[in-house]
Amino acid sequence: MSDPDSVDWHLDIFNVLREQDFSLMAHVPDAGHTPLIKMCEAANDMDVVTLTTEQDGIGLICGAWAGGRKGVLLMQSSGVGNCANALALPAICRIPFLTIVSMRGEWGEFIPWQVPMGQGTPGVLEAMNVRLFRADYKTEVGMTVDAAARLAHNTRQSAAVLLSQKMIGAKQFKEG
Amino acid sequence: MSERTGIDRRYTVKFLLEDRPAHLLALSGLGSSTWDLTHAGDNPLNFCFIGAMGQAAPFALGLAMSQPERRVVLFTGDGELLMGLGALATIANRAPENLALLVMDNESYIETGGQPTATAGPTDFEMIAKGAGITHACTIRQDDELPALREQMLNAPGPFLAVVKVAAQALPLVFPHSFDGVTAINRFADAIQRSY
Repeated sequence: MSDPDSVDWHLDIFNVLREQDFSLMAHVPDAGHTPLIKMCEAANDMDVVTLTTEQDGIGLICGAWAGGRKGVLLMQSSGVGNCANALALPAICRIPFLTIVSMRGEWGEFIPWQVPMGQGTPGVLEAMNVRLFRADYKTEVGMTVDAAARLAHNTRQSAAVLLSQKMIGAKQFKEG
Repeated sequence: MSERTGIDRRYTVKFLLEDRPAHLLALSGLGSSTWDLTHAGDNPLNFCFIGAMGQAAPFALGLAMSQPERRVVLFTGDGELLMGLGALATIANRAPENLALLVMDNESYIETGGQPTATAGPTDFEMIAKGAGITHACTIRQDDELPALREQMLNAPGPFLAVVKVAAQALPLVFPHSFDGVTAINRFADAIQRSY
């Protein structure tokens, strides 16, 4: 068993995306995803689209799928609330849709404003028929993304991987 | 209530798509644009939104990025596009050369009773598009500009956005091939794969 602290879970996600032929990554930046975003930006065979709002990633990825490409949406839990009605598109067309969500507002959170949407994230996704996967430990991130991506594309469903704040680490803010 | 005059949207979409090139992929935003596109003639290389308001433009971008050899044309309305203006900034930054956006701007939410949209006031889509970074944007106000618009829609380097100031009229609904999303997207995606 490898030392959990030595696991580069961002790289594990990146490797899964490549193995499964994802060539499009859309995101609204979040610190929890930054190393993965950098890896995608550095890859020649991955197009990165920076969005102005998370919901646009749903239309974007669905349009790309219709044209034969696989995409993934990276966002923070606060962005999930922006996505509710847009999730009707993959739901009613049964377009495979994968999102990886970095959680806030659930484990040692410092900012009160993060709590409502962080706590509401699983409920909003479930309400829109998104299948939920959760990774609480670094060692299980790669296999969880692999499982969610396979379920999404093999069975044409929407799937979300929630990366727990316990694993990412709660950011603590200091004034000055 | 007096109806605002302007170009006939049904005629416009039909004219723009007459003898369409075999490679062209046509999309429509929910509501009137979907009835317009269907009225112009059913085609397996059409995909019509009937919901998910605001998602037509990002969908068009994703499609344009995955089918770079084909022209992607989105017909949508002012109300639909106003819900997702940020997508114009995203499109401008990605700058897909094969994407054309046609906004049928009737300055109203015609299907819900004709309430004015922002473009009935001081809001101007051409300026929004240019401000977002879509430098190739224009506004069409007369029928006799349509032949030149068709040429641009098909051939201008994208991203291209045209605002067509159309009449605010409640027209008969023309339903697409299927209201069922799976049926519609499967037909569209299959047609894209088969048409190589």
